Amino acid sequence: MTVGNMPFLVVGILFLMGVLAILREKNLIKIAIGISIIESAVNMLLITLGYRLSGDIPVYFLSGDVDVMVMPTPQALTLTAIVIALATSALMLSVIMLIYKHYGTLNVDELRRLRG
Amino acid sequence: MNWHAHLPALLLAVPLLGAFATPVFNMGGKTLRNAWFIVISSSVFLIALALWHQVSVNGIQVYVMGAEQFALSLPSGMKLPVRIILEVDALSAFMALAGSITSLAGAWFSLSFMDRFTGLSRFVSLYLLLTVGMLGMMITGDLFNFFVFLEIASVASYGLVAFWRDRPQAIEASFKYMLLSQLAAMLVLVAIGFLYGRYNVLNMAAIGSLIHMGIVEKVALAFLISALALKCGAFPMYLWIPDAYGEAPASVSCLLVTVSQASLYGLFRVCFSIYGLAMSNKVVAWILIIFGLLSMFIAVSMAVIQHEVKRLMAYHAVSQTGYMLLGVGVGLLALGNSQALAEYGFTALKGGVFHIFNHAMYKGLLFLTAGTLYYMTGTRDLNKMGGLVRKSPWTAFMFVVAAAAIAGLPPMNGFASKLLIYQSSFAVHPLLTVVALVTSILTLASFVKVFQTAFLGPEQDRMADVKKVPATMLVGMGILTVAVLLLTFFPTWALSHLVEPAAKALVDQAGYIAAIMGGAF
Repeated sequence: MTVGNMPFLVVGILFLMGVLAILREKNLIKIAIGISIIESAVNMLLITLGYRLSGDIPVYFLSGDVDVMVMPTPQALTLTAIVIALATSALMLSVIMLIYKHYGTLNVDELRRLRG
Repeated sequence: MNWHAHLPALLLAVPLLGAFATPVFNMGGKTLRNAWFIVISSSVFLIALALWHQVSVNGIQVYVMGAEQFALSLPSGMKLPVRIILEVDALSAFMALAGSITSLAGAWFSLSFMDRFTGLSRFVSLYLLLTVGMLGMMITGDLFNFFVFLEIASVASYGLVAFWRDRPQAIEASFKYMLLSQLAAMLVLVAIGFLYGRYNVLNMAAIGSLIHMGIVEKVALAFLISALALKCGAFPMYLWIPDAYGEAPASVSCLLVTVSQASLYGLFRVCFSIYGLAMSNKVVAWILIIFGLLSMFIAVSMAVIQHEVKRLMAYHAVSQTGYMLLGVGVGLLALGNSQALAEYGFTALKGGVFHIFNHAMYKGLLFLTAGTLYYMTGTRDLNKMGGLVRKSPWTAFMFVVAAAAIAGLPPMNGFASKLLIYQSSFAVHPLLTVVALVTSILTLASFVKVFQTAFLGPEQDRMADVKKVPATMLVGMGILTVAVLLLTFFPTWALSHLVEPAAKALVDQAGYIAAIMGGAF
């Protein structure tokens, strides 16, 4: 079964959905969710790029009787990127908490103290 | 292998150790923590100095993490360049030197500036992590590693911008910065993914040796340029800079200037060492020049009308970044054409690169003096200050040195680098020089205004009980003042020993690639 360019299409749609959420949504939590969706889209892109045609998984005792394996680099990259995304999401949510404490709202249009 | 070979790794390991050991030293009290902070910052500076010396004597240093060889050899005889490397050429060492000086000055300044606040062990940890991220971006030779250090620096700076978390403005600035910066980081990662998918390597030199322009490479280049231009605060995407620089504690703003220049360094690395000669058309060079001109002029006209001292200086930081983009853009325009390179391209590169170092010194100093004004008076509004030269003549003196340097008054160091940029951009089109000169005049006007309102004027009653400036803050500012004055008095030495090797390293794509790929393939 071939999947063709389907994974790339999904990644592109997800990425655009995230960007749209950042641009259109007014609620800070939803904006944070938009960032998270973008991060997931990029991780999926890395995983998708890792596959090479007729390659096999780079786990020696699971791949069976093959001699062509794909490089496991993208998986390593994705693990690192997931950890970074986790850290930034946590930080972003705690900053949103502080914003709610100070302003009493999560509406992005009401955060207007920095001007000019 | 003697210990000199490990300098690139030590440059990152020492501040990293410093960051995570700070809570332990914090248990021993304030004095021990402060001593630890200064010891680590000073050792980072000494390591950067030693590394710079070694690079200027022995050429490019390559450090392979955790192994002797850069490529992995399989039993079948296949070689794969997979290991993480640090590659330090003259430009990286030059940037690391500038970064470690500002980091040291900011550390001294923080000792008494931050003394009134709680949570200082976290402040010191984050500050050192920010230093690690910045230095890592400057010396790494691996694209993904560059992204990781970019994120380390970003996450540390989100925390530091929001450090005064009882100020709603600081939280708001941090959130704005986080949103834009996170988007930029993801664009960088997409571009890295594209390049990996195309060439199966992540190493900058390896990609540089394989690259030939196609659709994928162009898309990746567009993503990298827009994301890194956002991170260094070029014109259309500079809006986070005044907020983040303005709201962060002064010593952090001083370091953030160099951190955004690390992104600028990444931009230059991508343009010169990865794409380099493969990029045959001049579109990218013109984009850099236009970004440069617009950021220069628009930011300086925004700065003139500001009355909050740190926002004003933050707008100037954007405008000065424009000079570097202009200089290096003109250099990129001449790349690949040896006659143009000799006539004006190399001069432009020298100007742009020299301006990076100068800017790190005098802009850091300006942010520190702004912090001193805030410390003394408790306000950042220029309209509420006045007559402060009587209270702290040393601060006034250092402010004048920095303001003269940023305005490019002869014989200051800012004049030397700006002159190189004027000369060379004139050869491309006189209009570029005109914009740069007008910007310089507006810069002077706005700093004359700051000096006049904050320092001069009659002694005011409400300024009678201002705080004395503590000695450690003066030391912090003094380090940068000495650096500015040294660059002012010995411009020829600085140009031939500091700047020229760095500018040469930038154009020498073949040398950058050969240092890695020479033996491996």
